[in-house]
Amino acid sequence: DRHAGMAGTGLAPDARQIVSRARSECAQYLSFYGDRIPAQILADRMAHYMHLFTLYWSVRPFGASSLMAVKDEHDGYALYLLEPSGECQRYHGAAIGKGRQAAKNEIEKLDLGNLSAAEAVRHVARIVYATHDEKDKEFECELSWICDASGGEFKRVPKHVVDEAVEAAKAALESDDEMDA
Amino acid sequence: SFQDDTALSTTMAAYGVPPALGVAPEMMEEISTGTTIMACQYDGGVVLGADSRTSTGTYVANRASDKITMVTDNVWMCRSGSAADTQNVCAYVKNLTEEHNMQRRGDLDPGMADVKLVANLTMQLAYKNKDKLSAGMIIGGWDATLGAQVYGIPLGGSMQRVPFTVGGSGSAYIYGWCDNTWRENMTREEAEGWVARAISLAIARDASSGGVVRLVTIHSKGSSRQMLEPKHQSLCESELPVIPRKVGGVVG
Repeated sequence: DRHAGMAGTGLAPDARQIVSRARSECAQYLSFYGDRIPAQILADRMAHYMHLFTLYWSVRPFGASSLMAVKDEHDGYALYLLEPSGECQRYHGAAIGKGRQAAKNEIEKLDLGNLSAAEAVRHVARIVYATHDEKDKEFECELSWICDASGGEFKRVPKHVVDEAVEAAKAALESDDEMDA
Repeated sequence: SFQDDTALSTTMAAYGVPPALGVAPEMMEEISTGTTIMACQYDGGVVLGADSRTSTGTYVANRASDKITMVTDNVWMCRSGSAADTQNVCAYVKNLTEEHNMQRRGDLDPGMADVKLVANLTMQLAYKNKDKLSAGMIIGGWDATLGAQVYGIPLGGSMQRVPFTVGGSGSAYIYGWCDNTWRENMTREEAEGWVARAISLAIARDASSGGVVRLVTIHSKGSSRQMLEPKHQSLCESELPVIPRKVGGVVG
């Protein structure tokens, strides 16, 4: 729904399936309860769904983890990490994918309670660039957010903000390289 | 010339009258809350009001019934139409709301629910079963998200949020008066007085409404109930005051 969004890593089709299910859950909740699905309930439903695939021999567990960002009337902005085991945990900061260990270390250094959304975008871009393995190919950094600036809706971060953050990230990377050298 | 055989046999069987007697369906009515119910928003909460007469045709089955039912501490429902239908819809709504609350709120505010949620659940039940039900309901309550809310869910299963609404057979007589005298942001006392007066007026003119006036006030700190006996209800044009009755030798 408008107030929730996801990002996934791992097998892309599996990640798409998870998103598709999340959309159905939102739609079903809206049609029965007449309101947008609360974060906790969506997380719960998704966890159940993913767990289902670990119970039966006839199916395989999902090959994808995802991060879910939801805006909730009561809980405000919530970030959930969904894993193939069916675990679904709320976090202040989380990372998934190949470079997640390094990314988690970087995130732990941040004072998450006091960051504004704009500052967070810059940090995220910086961390993505910093933890990207140089041996891999070039990549595009895609950023989405859900915050007061986006009107409480899950949207792509506006281009000028992305460009600025990516420039800053690349600059930080170069200066790090210089220091290393 | 029976219009609906199944309805006939249920109502007849309920009264132990064999269908073969051939009594016309109009002579035997299902138990209905021929009623006046209403709810209104005031500055800081809602007031729900109802009469207390349950009639089966001309026979008053219960002169002190309670048509305002609690769904959760902060959301109450006024019922009109078929007593059986509304009681059962209310039971379903209570159950669904509790289940939802367990998932949603866990240990925070276990007794509280979003008013809009309750209204939507009621609406879903009313709409999906519209051909079987005869139930007009008003949901009123207070929650932290949207404050004081009143939702009217009439016969077809539509739902609308309103500042005030009336329902039941007696409501027809007071639409004009309510529209004329309604004010936004009344105080609690003003709102309670207004609702009580409206119901008294409906009782005065509607044969299926009567008895006591029941009020429930819901606000941020909780809810409270009141009952106004006929002697405490305001008099209408050319009515005589209620004569105090002797009860067991003591003047009531």
